[in-house]
Amino acid sequence: MSGADASRPTPGHLVDGFRRMAPLSLFVIVFGLAFGVAALQQGLSAAETLLMSGLVFAGAAQFATLELWGDTIPLLPLVAITLAINARHLLMGAAFYPHLRDLPSGRRYASLILLSDANWAMAMTGGTTAARLGILVGGGLALWSTWMLGTGLGVAFGSGISEPERFGLDAIMGCFLLAMLVGDKRDLGVLLPWGAAALAALAAMAWLPPHAHVIVGALAGGVVGLLLPPAGKETAP
Amino acid sequence: MTLTAANGGVLLAIVLMALVTYLTRAGGVFVMARVPIGPRVERFINAMAGSVLVAVITPMAVNGDGGARLALFATAGVMLVLRKPLPAIAAGILTAALWRLVAA
Repeated sequence: MSGADASRPTPGHLVDGFRRMAPLSLFVIVFGLAFGVAALQQGLSAAETLLMSGLVFAGAAQFATLELWGDTIPLLPLVAITLAINARHLLMGAAFYPHLRDLPSGRRYASLILLSDANWAMAMTGGTTAARLGILVGGGLALWSTWMLGTGLGVAFGSGISEPERFGLDAIMGCFLLAMLVGDKRDLGVLLPWGAAALAALAAMAWLPPHAHVIVGALAGGVVGLLLPPAGKETAP
Repeated sequence: MTLTAANGGVLLAIVLMALVTYLTRAGGVFVMARVPIGPRVERFINAMAGSVLVAVITPMAVNGDGGARLALFATAGVMLVLRKPLPAIAAGILTAALWRLVAA
């Protein structure tokens, strides 16, 4: 991991990232399907729904803004809700920056196009810079493909799985992110920042506008981590 | 500020939403590329990275039903023991499904 070349992902890294993300991606079909069905019911056309899934690729924000799409579209709420829900990407990108540092800026910003919770979380769990980039981009492609496939099935067939919660499918994303979070952490030094993050998120859910809790919790955890004495060995970039 | 849905208004709104979303994806990196990263910033970023996920998961645990909570519990437990994500996630989903089968 010395020179810039060693940090460049090869097609092999992308394929590997795609493969590692594939099992979870299959479940994303269900979310895409649910979105496709809901968007049609809201009055969007099939083409518009597919275009939104393809370009925006942010399920939580797409669901949350769904009710805004009518005969007229209020832009300010649309932008505000999208920003509020996706602001976590700002922090996620910042945390991933060390692995993008050596890329030329074109590739650096292109690598971020498909950044989302799942591929970011997996890329943060470890590996060489090239492997992490492979997961971010290749894994992102896996998630995007199945998100589009699901959206397509949703707009084509109208309804499929009507109650994903009956099968525990709604728990998948939470379980996946938690598994990535727990990962191979063995030092208990993370418990203080994480505890602070959970408490701050809960407080924000109670007292702040909707969707603020992720940012508030993440920043609170970061500040606690900053105030703690250095934990000794940091992961080398 | 509203757009009428006719005459390409929907398309314009979708593109706007996509742009805003991409700005959030790129913005953090854009800022970090211009901030000198000392040990303090590094500690902040490292602690924040996990905290993002904690803050995303917390509402699922708090607002979720017993099935969702048990699912998270099972996932964390299996992950701590086996350190393999797929069995951990499978345990979580099975737990949620079983709980709902029994509780419903």
